[in-house]
Amino acid sequence: MPARPLSPHLSVYRFAYTMSLSILHRATGIALSAGLLMLACWLMSAAAGPESYLRVTSALGKGPFQIVLAGWLLSFVYHLGAGVRHIFWDFGYGFEKAQARRSGRWLVLAAVVVSAGLLYAFFCPTAVRP
Amino acid sequence: MSGADVRRGLRRGSARNGVRHWLALHRVSAFALLPLSVWFVGSLLSLRGFGHEAVVSWLSSPWQAVLACLFVATSAWHSKMGVQVVIEDYVHGHGTKLLAMYASQFVHVLVAAGGLFAVLKIAFGMH
Repeated sequence: MPARPLSPHLSVYRFAYTMSLSILHRATGIALSAGLLMLACWLMSAAAGPESYLRVTSALGKGPFQIVLAGWLLSFVYHLGAGVRHIFWDFGYGFEKAQARRSGRWLVLAAVVVSAGLLYAFFCPTAVRP
Repeated sequence: MSGADVRRGLRRGSARNGVRHWLALHRVSAFALLPLSVWFVGSLLSLRGFGHEAVVSWLSSPWQAVLACLFVATSAWHSKMGVQVVIEDYVHGHGTKLLAMYASQFVHVLVAAGGLFAVLKIAFGMH
């Protein structure tokens, strides 16, 4: 059987920053898949009872895990924003090079602002307590 | 005869199931996850410190439990589709590709089953 044309790989293209956005979309998606595993463990521990829940949450409260949790939060925000951009593309909007660059800049800006807000809300306990 | 027919005749066309597979399932789950994700983050924020009691009272509300089930199931599905695309693109060799696909599917089903069971157990007051 003749080989079908494969998707050209990264080394084929001249670098453009929109590429890094696309790569980041995939990378954050994979990170979130791992985060889903954590979500299931968290829910399972809550269902198992207060003791096991406390064990899991106190482990998650330690420094290194906090960094991982913050990473998941950033990935979540970015992946969601980039996903919205993909949905517009799916309907045929914003494909022009200039438009894609502009939406890319908006995406980064929005992701930074929303992430900063959520990081503050989740990691500064006083922020969410009225 | 369309260009697609010519390409297919030359065996250079699409493998024919790619578009349907991707569009129908990955995109629909992406759509569903837009509101569900916003709801989920809002819910986590409303837990205020992640105490066990807060989680239990959150998921004891029927609609919240239903939305949590939808979020877990849809996320697992979306994640499974996404990981599959990445495996298809970057894992080469028939055997390793198949193995990676199976491993991903098993883990995703496990995650979905665990998450759903946990939510239902709490929702039914059996925590």
